[in-house]
Amino acid sequence: MDNLLSIVTFLPALAALILLVFLRGDDDAANRNAKWLALIATSATFLISLFILAQFDAQNTGFQMVEQGEWLLGLQYKMGVDGISVLFVMLTTFMMPLVIAASWDVSHRVKEYMIAFLLLETLMLGVFMALDLVLFYLFFEAGLIPMFLIIGIWGGKNRIYASFKFFLYTFLGSVLMLVAMVGMFADAGTTDIEQLLVHQFGSETFSVLGVQIVGGLQTLLFLAFFASFAVKMPMWPVHTWLPDAHVQAPTAGSVVLAAILLKMGGYGFLRFSLPMFPVGADVLTPLVLWMSAIAIVYTSLVALVQEDMKKLIAYSSVAHMGYVTMGIFAGNQQGIDGAIFQMISHGFISGALFLCVGVIYDRMHTRDIDAYGGLVNRMPAYALIFMLFTMANVGLPGTSGFIGEFLTLMGIFQVNTWIAAVATSGVILSAAYALWLYRRVVMGDLIKESLKTITDMTRRERAIFAPLVIATILFGVYPAPILDTIGPSVEALVSNYQTALAAAESATQVAVNH
Amino acid sequence: MMETLILFSPLVGAILCGFGWKFIGETAAQWVATGLLFFACVLSWIVFLTHDGVTETINILRWIESGTLSTEWAIRLDRLTATMLIVVTTVSALVHLYSFGYMDHDPQWKEGESYKPRFFAYLSFFTFAMLMLVTSDNLVQMFFGWEGVGVASYLLIGFYYRKPSANAAAIKAFVVNRVGDFGFALGIFALFFLVDSIRFDDIFAAAPTLAETQLTFLWTEWNAANLIAFLLFIGAMGKSAQLLLHTWLPDAMEGPTPVSALIHAATMVTAGVYLVCRMSPLMEFAPEAMAFVTFLGATTAFFAATVGLVQNDIKRVIAYSTCSQLGYMFVAAGVGVYSVAMFHLFTHAFFKAMLFLGAGSVIHAMHHEQDMRNYGGLRKKIPYTFAAMMIGTLAITGVGIPLSGWIGFAGFASKDAVIESAYAAGPMGYAFWMLVIAALFTSFYSWRLMFLTFYGKPRGDKHTHEHAHESPMVMLIPLGVLSLGAVFAGAIWYNSFFGHTDSVAKFFGVPYAEAGEHSAEGDGHGETASHGETADAGHGEDAKGGEHHYVFAGQPGQGAIYVGPDNNILNEAHEVPKWVKVSPFIAMLLGLGTAYWFYIVNPKLPKRLAESQRPLYLFLLNKWYFDEIYDFLFVQPAKGLGRLLWKRGDGNVIDGSINGVAMGFIPMLTRLAGKAQSGYIFTYAFFMVIGIAALVTWMTLSGGAH
Repeated sequence: MDNLLSIVTFLPALAALILLVFLRGDDDAANRNAKWLALIATSATFLISLFILAQFDAQNTGFQMVEQGEWLLGLQYKMGVDGISVLFVMLTTFMMPLVIAASWDVSHRVKEYMIAFLLLETLMLGVFMALDLVLFYLFFEAGLIPMFLIIGIWGGKNRIYASFKFFLYTFLGSVLMLVAMVGMFADAGTTDIEQLLVHQFGSETFSVLGVQIVGGLQTLLFLAFFASFAVKMPMWPVHTWLPDAHVQAPTAGSVVLAAILLKMGGYGFLRFSLPMFPVGADVLTPLVLWMSAIAIVYTSLVALVQEDMKKLIAYSSVAHMGYVTMGIFAGNQQGIDGAIFQMISHGFISGALFLCVGVIYDRMHTRDIDAYGGLVNRMPAYALIFMLFTMANVGLPGTSGFIGEFLTLMGIFQVNTWIAAVATSGVILSAAYALWLYRRVVMGDLIKESLKTITDMTRRERAIFAPLVIATILFGVYPAPILDTIGPSVEALVSNYQTALAAAESATQVAVNH
Repeated sequence: MMETLILFSPLVGAILCGFGWKFIGETAAQWVATGLLFFACVLSWIVFLTHDGVTETINILRWIESGTLSTEWAIRLDRLTATMLIVVTTVSALVHLYSFGYMDHDPQWKEGESYKPRFFAYLSFFTFAMLMLVTSDNLVQMFFGWEGVGVASYLLIGFYYRKPSANAAAIKAFVVNRVGDFGFALGIFALFFLVDSIRFDDIFAAAPTLAETQLTFLWTEWNAANLIAFLLFIGAMGKSAQLLLHTWLPDAMEGPTPVSALIHAATMVTAGVYLVCRMSPLMEFAPEAMAFVTFLGATTAFFAATVGLVQNDIKRVIAYSTCSQLGYMFVAAGVGVYSVAMFHLFTHAFFKAMLFLGAGSVIHAMHHEQDMRNYGGLRKKIPYTFAAMMIGTLAITGVGIPLSGWIGFAGFASKDAVIESAYAAGPMGYAFWMLVIAALFTSFYSWRLMFLTFYGKPRGDKHTHEHAHESPMVMLIPLGVLSLGAVFAGAIWYNSFFGHTDSVAKFFGVPYAEAGEHSAEGDGHGETASHGETADAGHGEDAKGGEHHYVFAGQPGQGAIYVGPDNNILNEAHEVPKWVKVSPFIAMLLGLGTAYWFYIVNPKLPKRLAESQRPLYLFLLNKWYFDEIYDFLFVQPAKGLGRLLWKRGDGNVIDGSINGVAMGFIPMLTRLAGKAQSGYIFTYAFFMVIGIAALVTWMTLSGGAH
């Protein structure tokens, strides 16, 4: 199969097209067909994507299964995966069938809903596989639209405000990235990511309007990309769109947002910022690290006082993404391994937590923490699963949440002990807000009249959680499949990064000596 | 193989019991869990008794591997591990058995509710995590066990999930422990940074180098060994409820009493002591950190004993007693006599578990009344429980024949060993006096508990007293077994833990040499290391000291503990003045006498004293106001800050100013969208995205074909 990556990427879009063209009517039968088609398509995508994993050679640190072709206007279509991206592809294909299954009770515009999610999958997969700047940008930006629609059409009461906030934040960030891309093309003469990775962008200090720019062009490019990825992550202080978006998005939208869309920022840092602008990254590393450390403590404290379940988990997500950026910019093997691991693991865990909220939201139609209490009395299975993911969220060893957190902290300790100490204090705060949430929702006596008839999880709901439970525990106990896959590529990334920094250093020395 | 079975049978038990009870029935599930625990217990004793002191490592599975970091799930078996194995599995097996009786007809639950399998599953899961902790061969796996027992403790403290106080206590335990884990984790990171490994063998080998290394941490440079030892000890402070991080332990008594006996007396809370002993090769090179350990241990021993004097809840008295006894262990470890720290840990596990189970039996008899002011005169009603509690009290207060060394109850041998070691390390020092005073208080509150509970006239609810009944056999058998330990454990293992250097060294698998020829052993390096040979020479006459004096001669990492060449406290502890050896005994008598006078001879006196010394009484009753201070210093500010950052930070500053433009923009767009209520905008956007997708797809297909 020469174009395995394209098949995986466009299979969901094909299903969306079929739905659009052939599915007529708005009756129950049509809705059921839409759901089943979406489920089958996403499941098939996952199964086929397993072939990617099977063919993938972790020891080869270059791009694999590369597809390249002419495209219109002289642009090129180029796809490929390496150790950095392949697991994000797998995460996406793994999560999507669960997302569809979790949307089984949607009744409003089912066909369009499924089309939106299927298209979203295609666009997300494209982001992780694109090896051409223009193609990447297309996928990256186009992905906003279905998400915008998902929040705007199937969202909660305040969905219009949230969807525009989401759109504007992420879109404004990306505009700067587009400018930077044009600049890159002007400098390197190509939009091919593989070639850009070996191209050396200028790093000589120059001044603009009297302001000295250390790291020169690289710093500027880095900043432009940073604007986009930092919003996507989201990093403090540009994180405020996320809680609003999560609160208004339907459950499935929240799951996709937390589990996959947030990872695009981290992926972007690893694909572009670090390897292409090493000097720029180095110049701004202290800033990024402090932003990460502040994010962890700040958002954890904010999470502590939330009254809305989804908002609490959204803030917790921001804190967890703080570990990711911190690990990436630690710039060493443990830090970056940890960051990627944390992103994958956060995909399972935050996805599951949002599903947990969804389970009770579907029953009670409120996300107010105060509206619950004592659920364990009637929902023991739910209590167990929620407990597991709460513990995974606070980074309990034995769950996948621990390994990413631990490795990123271990990585940062070698770079800056202040950041390490501040970030490590996050483990205390996360325990506080997560257990406090759990206590208020699940523990206690069941006294609220409205909850007296609440029912435990259905078989469908349990089936959705089962793969997530397995993944969370499996990779917590035996993380080798993930670490082995990303290890060599990360090693190459780290050594290239350090070599580039050393080269820039000696170049500066030479310049000074002359 | 045997070790692997010991390790995993509790996990299997937890899973079968927790998930399988619906298929095999409640009682069967409980028996499965309990049976597997007894199986592990028997194997543990075999391992302990046949262990020859040689360290073994068994690898199970790869774990975290990243760059130079390489971690495995593995078992490290040496004397420390073997000792902990029997402590953990024995107490756990007995507590499982005991719970059959104690948890039967628990009034916290409604008729027909299945809470027992859950309880047994948690207990077994706890045991598994604890075993992971003590068998680990690296710090990360230890951290797994460390947090695992934390979770089990959280689940069990909050077992009565309908009680708000139980839920609060559970969260408090977990969060306060996380404060300790914060230090522990930083210690692990620092070790990896400097040693490039977190396996014990590598750390131990690098310990001498660490003592010479400076590490920049936060604002200044530190001696690496001291800093790391201190950071790890912060973890130990959390888990072992030492001063400043002790506040969770008394609240943890919200859990069912068997839990208190297993987790909050015998096993989990001793993990901190185990950690310090385990890291002895590092600790020996960190004198300042060790001085801190000694100081904090002594202070905790004193502090907790003072609070224990006035508590009225029977379980809280024992909880503070535990806290205080843990302080003793840390003093022993802090002065560098790790074997004695383990000795007290070992004996304490038996008598403290028994005191808790005994208290549970009293509570069971009194229909879950826990206030001692409502007890009284129970010795006739529950004679077996009374006998067990008496043995426990004799053990904890340290009754024995003065100057005999080992002839006495378990606590006599080990506690005196701690006090003598403290004196040897610092004659007339802070630690020594704190421990002696604490011994006096220990005796007072322990006898107070006995007198209030079993002597005098029945107080409180008459009906309850009339129906007070002895507990069933399943509860009395564990008490009986533990009382054997409380009586004999000290005497039997006295020489192994606190004998002369050679016997201790042999027990812990540490090489040793005759004093004086320590430096001249160069020619026979191989032989000295294989401790067995040189031992034979002086084996006959070493028991009474004789001419042969031995010193520890191991390198860091050889054997279960490491004692530096300059550390001769173990020998010196045997040579302390006679009055020092007798002092804990006198303290015990004083405590007993005072308690007898206060609660038997003149029962009105305590009340009068409390009234005349009201500020002091309230200070003690409110546990030195630690909870209030922490609430004021940490809890309220954290919430306030959270609210401030949320409303002002996120709301006003970020959304308000940084995105001032957008904030003006969004409402406008929202209005626009409002006009397009019929959804045109969305339909439009929708078709736009489909158009893009179709275009991309088409171009891909046509482009790919070329």
